[in-house]
Amino acid sequence: MNGAFAASLARFGSVALFLLRVLRACGPALARPRLIAHQVYNCGARSLIIIMLCGLFVGMVLGLQGYDLLARFGSESALGVAATLGLLKELGPVVTALLFAGRAGTALTSEIGLMRATDQLTAMQMMAVDPMRRVIAPRFIGGLIAMPLLAAVFNVIGIFGAQLVGVTLLGVDQGTFWSQMQNAVELSDVNEGIVKSLAFGVICSLLAVYEGYNAVPTAEGVGLATTRTVVASSVMTLVIDYMLTAAFLKA
Amino acid sequence: MTRDLVVDVRNVHYGVGSRKIFDGVDITVERGSITAVMGPSGTGKTTLLRLITGQVAPASGTVQVFGDDVAAMRQRALFALRRRMGMLFQNGALLTDLNVFENVAFPVREHTRLPEPLLRRLVLMKLHAVGLRGAALLMPQELSGGMARRVALARAIVMDPEILIYDEPFVGLDPISMGVVCRLIRQLNDALGITSIVVSHDVQEVSSIADRSYLLAGGKVIAAGSSEELRATPEPAVRQFMEGNADGPVPFHYPAGDYRAQLLGSEDLT
Repeated sequence: MNGAFAASLARFGSVALFLLRVLRACGPALARPRLIAHQVYNCGARSLIIIMLCGLFVGMVLGLQGYDLLARFGSESALGVAATLGLLKELGPVVTALLFAGRAGTALTSEIGLMRATDQLTAMQMMAVDPMRRVIAPRFIGGLIAMPLLAAVFNVIGIFGAQLVGVTLLGVDQGTFWSQMQNAVELSDVNEGIVKSLAFGVICSLLAVYEGYNAVPTAEGVGLATTRTVVASSVMTLVIDYMLTAAFLKA
Repeated sequence: MTRDLVVDVRNVHYGVGSRKIFDGVDITVERGSITAVMGPSGTGKTTLLRLITGQVAPASGTVQVFGDDVAAMRQRALFALRRRMGMLFQNGALLTDLNVFENVAFPVREHTRLPEPLLRRLVLMKLHAVGLRGAALLMPQELSGGMARRVALARAIVMDPEILIYDEPFVGLDPISMGVVCRLIRQLNDALGITSIVVSHDVQEVSSIADRSYLLAGGKVIAAGSSEELRATPEPAVRQFMEGNADGPVPFHYPAGDYRAQLLGSEDLT
């Protein structure tokens, strides 16, 4: 038990030190926007289909469950508010982060791990190119940019899904659905979601590049690293989500 | 100033954990020569390259390249030094997300702001030198082992290095590719005035091109000299390696406990 605690503490420290190294490499990496744009495409655009599909279904489920719950109090007209707040503040950032870890995070980890296994990172160092600047930092920044954008897409599609079920299927009035939403949802609610997905973007991208960079350079090692990326990203996303939610409610 | 030394390895000791790899190794490389480092697998040939390129530091002793102590360098100085070196990795280590042309262009794009038309000509010239100008648009996955190594060679020479380091350049190549790589090493060395260090255990190929060879075994240099001198050495350990005998001073068996006791007894395999 004690050993396991020490090991996880050591891992936490090593991730934190790695973050410092990544941040130091971010300055020079920012000077090369094309590399970053490529990674935004890799992490973001390629995750778009799965994000949109999941957003639609999460929104539709919210429509069903929200209607069922609100109808018990005779306040079906608040369905638009309920679904939107749920998506903006919780489901949008969290589900996007979980999907990101599974879709983009694993891809990042295995790509970097295989680059290490095939000596590509060492070769770069031998060519006097710092892999932290050329490979790691652009991927980290790319993931960081992609996450809030994906969450925004998820939210928009999700609200559309809730409207599809609530208004078209269950007969909530179109006008009240949108006008109640417009009245009740504040800019601060939107900001809360953005802050959350930025935080998740840091965590998921960081863990993905960390695990890849430190993967044992064998087929088995890269496989294990990929698994660790998904597990650690998902757990950390949910833990940090709780902490941020508590902080926002207190503020 | 007697000889113009590019690399000077002096009395280097190095180990990983409790395992000793080098126990007082001295190696010198003269400018413009091809120096071979030979030895059985696992004698630390690749480790020697890592010492020379500053990827690891020796426990004691010094490694000097161009007269500067490599182990004392910080990253900036080390990167400046590495821009004067090219290295060919065993498996090529081509960047798998870039095609052949972009792989060769990679160091140039990273270190210079060469205009595109000039860069294009430079890369095509280097690819032509290794005979793969026609493969410029292929991806690394589409290359054979020999072709990948030649592309990596083109990449290694694109910045016009002063030292070119080859890590096992002949492993896993068919006889034709082997001959091609052999000829390229000699040609590049003579035509571009590069100093070459070749690490290999292919005695035949290396002997045919090396000006001077070192034979490593048991953490020490056990023989040094030209290929003829090495072949004429009476020392049993040298003879075993040069002639490829299975048993000799380098034992066939990895160190193990008593055979009889292990078979008949119930001892653990420790």
